[in-house]
Amino acid sequence: MTTQHVPEVPERRTAQRAGEPLLDVRDLTVTYHSGKVPVYAARGVDFALAAGETLGMAGESGSGKTTVAMSLLRLLPAETTVTGEIRFHGEDLLAANWGRMRSVRWAEASVVFQGAMSALNPVRTIGDQIVEPILLHEKVGEKAARARARDLLDSVGVPSRRIASYPHELSGGQRQRVMMAMALACDPHLLIADEPTTALDVIVQAQILGLLTDLVRERGISLIMISHDLSVLASTCDRIAVMYAGRLVETGPSRQVIASPLHPYARALAGAFPTLGDPASRLAPGGLPGDPPDLREEIDGCPFAPRCPEVEDRCRSGVIPLVQHGDRAAACVHVTGYDEAVGHG
Amino acid sequence: MADPTGPVLEARDLAVTFPARRGHPAARAVDGVNLALGRGEVLALIGESGCGKSTLARALVGLIEPNAGEVRYAGQPLRRTRSGLREFRRHVQLVLQDPYGALNPRQNVHDAVAEGLRLHGQRAGLTRRVAAALEQVGMRPPEHFFDRYPHQLSGGQQQRVVIAGALTLGPEVLVADEPVSSLDASVRGEILKLFLNLRDELGLAALVVSHDLGLAWNIADRVAVMYLGRIVEVGTVEEVLLRPQHPYTRALLDAVPSTSDREATAALGGEPPDPTAIPPGCRFHPRCPLRATLPDDRAQLCLTDVPVLAPALHERQVACVHADAAPPTVVSHDPAEVTR
Amino acid sequence: MSATQERPAGPTPVEEKAPSRLVPVGRFVLTLLRMPSGLFGVVVMLGFVVMALTAPLYIHPDDLSVTQATGPLLAPPQHGYPLGTDPAGRSVLLLVIWGSRTSLAIGVMATLLTMVLGATIGLVAGHYQGRTGRLLMHVTDWFIALPGLPLAIALAAVLGQGAASITIAIAVTSWTGTARLVRAQTLAVGARPFIERARALGATDTQLITRQVLPNVMPLILVSSTLTVASAILAEATLTFLGLGDPTSVSWGSLLNNAFMQGAVTAGAWWYLIPPGIAILIIVLGFTLVGRAVEHALNARVQSR
Repeated sequence: MTTQHVPEVPERRTAQRAGEPLLDVRDLTVTYHSGKVPVYAARGVDFALAAGETLGMAGESGSGKTTVAMSLLRLLPAETTVTGEIRFHGEDLLAANWGRMRSVRWAEASVVFQGAMSALNPVRTIGDQIVEPILLHEKVGEKAARARARDLLDSVGVPSRRIASYPHELSGGQRQRVMMAMALACDPHLLIADEPTTALDVIVQAQILGLLTDLVRERGISLIMISHDLSVLASTCDRIAVMYAGRLVETGPSRQVIASPLHPYARALAGAFPTLGDPASRLAPGGLPGDPPDLREEIDGCPFAPRCPEVEDRCRSGVIPLVQHGDRAAACVHVTGYDEAVGHG
Repeated sequence: MADPTGPVLEARDLAVTFPARRGHPAARAVDGVNLALGRGEVLALIGESGCGKSTLARALVGLIEPNAGEVRYAGQPLRRTRSGLREFRRHVQLVLQDPYGALNPRQNVHDAVAEGLRLHGQRAGLTRRVAAALEQVGMRPPEHFFDRYPHQLSGGQQQRVVIAGALTLGPEVLVADEPVSSLDASVRGEILKLFLNLRDELGLAALVVSHDLGLAWNIADRVAVMYLGRIVEVGTVEEVLLRPQHPYTRALLDAVPSTSDREATAALGGEPPDPTAIPPGCRFHPRCPLRATLPDDRAQLCLTDVPVLAPALHERQVACVHADAAPPTVVSHDPAEVTR
Repeated sequence: MSATQERPAGPTPVEEKAPSRLVPVGRFVLTLLRMPSGLFGVVVMLGFVVMALTAPLYIHPDDLSVTQATGPLLAPPQHGYPLGTDPAGRSVLLLVIWGSRTSLAIGVMATLLTMVLGATIGLVAGHYQGRTGRLLMHVTDWFIALPGLPLAIALAAVLGQGAASITIAIAVTSWTGTARLVRAQTLAVGARPFIERARALGATDTQLITRQVLPNVMPLILVSSTLTVASAILAEATLTFLGLGDPTSVSWGSLLNNAFMQGAVTAGAWWYLIPPGIAILIIVLGFTLVGRAVEHALNARVQSR
């Protein structure tokens, strides 16, 4: 799709020091204090994202994937404790002051939220909502901002004459596209898409994923996509990171992670979305008994141990770290190479 | 006279229209559907939102009165009298999408499962039957769960309780509307396995409504694809999902995220179907990729000769007049693994 | 959890029992009493009820009689008469205590009538949304349009002055609020999936209303009741003050009426005017706090996850 407003891609991308990742998250730990008991939502999460790269964060409810994504822009409630480092363009966002965060938000990194109907303001037109961040972050007038908004709508496949429509006048797929147009309004370097296709049908999902892939590629944006559907992530992202109970349990190139997962949980998750035509899953649904752990309790050992079909005694205590195996990593004692990497006999 | 070899549940020329309201024209949600469910088989009804599959499911359990056509149980038309419906409900039960919403928050598990029996006045051995139903769905020991309330259960457990409640009346058919779509991915498999167990142990037939093709692959014997109020293709899962003939089925299969090649075919364009504005002739013709490739005289047939499917159990049917024109492609998502 | 566990083969040794119904009620009462507002409200409520019920044990009819009273006339608080006396020499304290009987009785009776009428109409109108529902709502709207006070006066003229006409007047003017509230809640509950499930299991409309809808609307009805008692007591005081009550019976409203009529304000007899007002204040506060606490306790159960 061609756009009339072409962002200045080359200059900004090289403003960063060569070789340094766009986003480098180290030992991110998030604890919610909103209720009576603290909730350990994320523990020791490490990952990096290069410029223009796409990363998929996979996991179910309570895995911590949305927590991690929201923490990148410090969008969590005030009582939440966030420790670790979030280096964006080399700068630690957790140490940044409020003014700096406000300028980073949307202009350098933006979010496409889950559930477009609730994320869009129902009493304002979509045009107003797209124009708003442009006016806040850039020194352009109302007219120029409106023209940009029209271009954005065109680039996401919504006819620009609908710029004065209200969210309830659009279909689910169209609302999701409007969310994407809003997220792209200030030409961010990083786009975080939180379950962008979860409530959508298969065909609309395919349209939205195709659009996302095109936009990201055209504009050289880095993408973090969150979903519980591994096949959606594998078809859209270069790499996948699987989370369980607030911890990263596997990372690697997406095709490899879905074809031959290393961690038993990743294997179970992959099994939940069968490949059509695969006789192994015909009349044999892959499932996992039990329930995810309660995040209000500190967990000793591997959080997946109670449900793991391959559990051993040593899985139940101590910390099972994420161990690199080439360009893949897994936090499981059963992966070949774990013992040597950790230094056991 | 019940026919033991025929379909256990059938829709014949079923039509449901939602009347016009202020600012809203009439919607023909189900517009002439013929569908048959055999004893002990699992039939997946696949379609996108707006195609009428949920309305069809509700008409098949008697919750919605059809404007035309009839629902048949064991060959006998459903009588919409109080006693007729009550009798029917002992044979055909419903499982809904949202397990938490489907349970009365003021009832504990025991009462929620016993509700069906109480409503029908069958109080003898109530608790024993509740316990048996809970065991059947894998909640053991049953007494452990009796005084729990819905908000104390996980999503998977809630859905099991709903299924147990449906089983107490001893039905032969379960109609499930998106039974796993609001559950976590790893929990889905367990509930789907439960459906297969119930089929094997109790001979239960199931009509599972979903938008998820993978679900059909996982548990269904046959699959029916629905578009804008009509069934467009029906057959065994292998036939329809691996060798689809209707252009809409092919578009659906193309849209499934593919991991084997990143250059996916272009997704079907246009907006999802709107039951208030149904196109003439074949309702899929405005979006049909096959039609776009046909010469004018053949393309004209899409408006005039639209096949209507009959409720047959063992036939492969396609509602496309050009079905034989397109070469039968084998849709494979992993060439190395397809054996049929 | 849902994981499979090994069960011993053979018949179940112990007869499985359905869970007890009293446990959730006990838990609810405990939650209610643990809240300061709940505790205070319940204490006030119970205190007034006990006071009203036991009054005949220590109040002699002579203390209330205008002709037999022996106290000083319109005297300020003093030894023997903690709240002073009225122009007839009766102890104001005893009058206030005795007055609680009528006020509470009318308040509770009027509330009962209001709730039964309003809740029934609300439930039926909310459940049968077609012609029946619309008709009922038109009737409700008509009643809302009726002016309350003139209606009460008209009723008193027809039925005669006294407790009965006041009770009926309050009920006739208050039921519409309850009906609309209950109807709205019935609509909300009726849209939830478990209603559909109950229908699919074979419930008739009556069974749906009594077994599924009513238990979920009951919390609202309970809370609304406590608040309605408060407003009914105020209404009774108002109507009696205006002279619609039985002139011979003692109630807080009649005390205020008498005080006003007999010139307590100009005489500066604050002890005659203020105590009934304070009594009304305290009991209304008590019921209101209980209402809020009940709502909290009932919702706490659903949110305790």
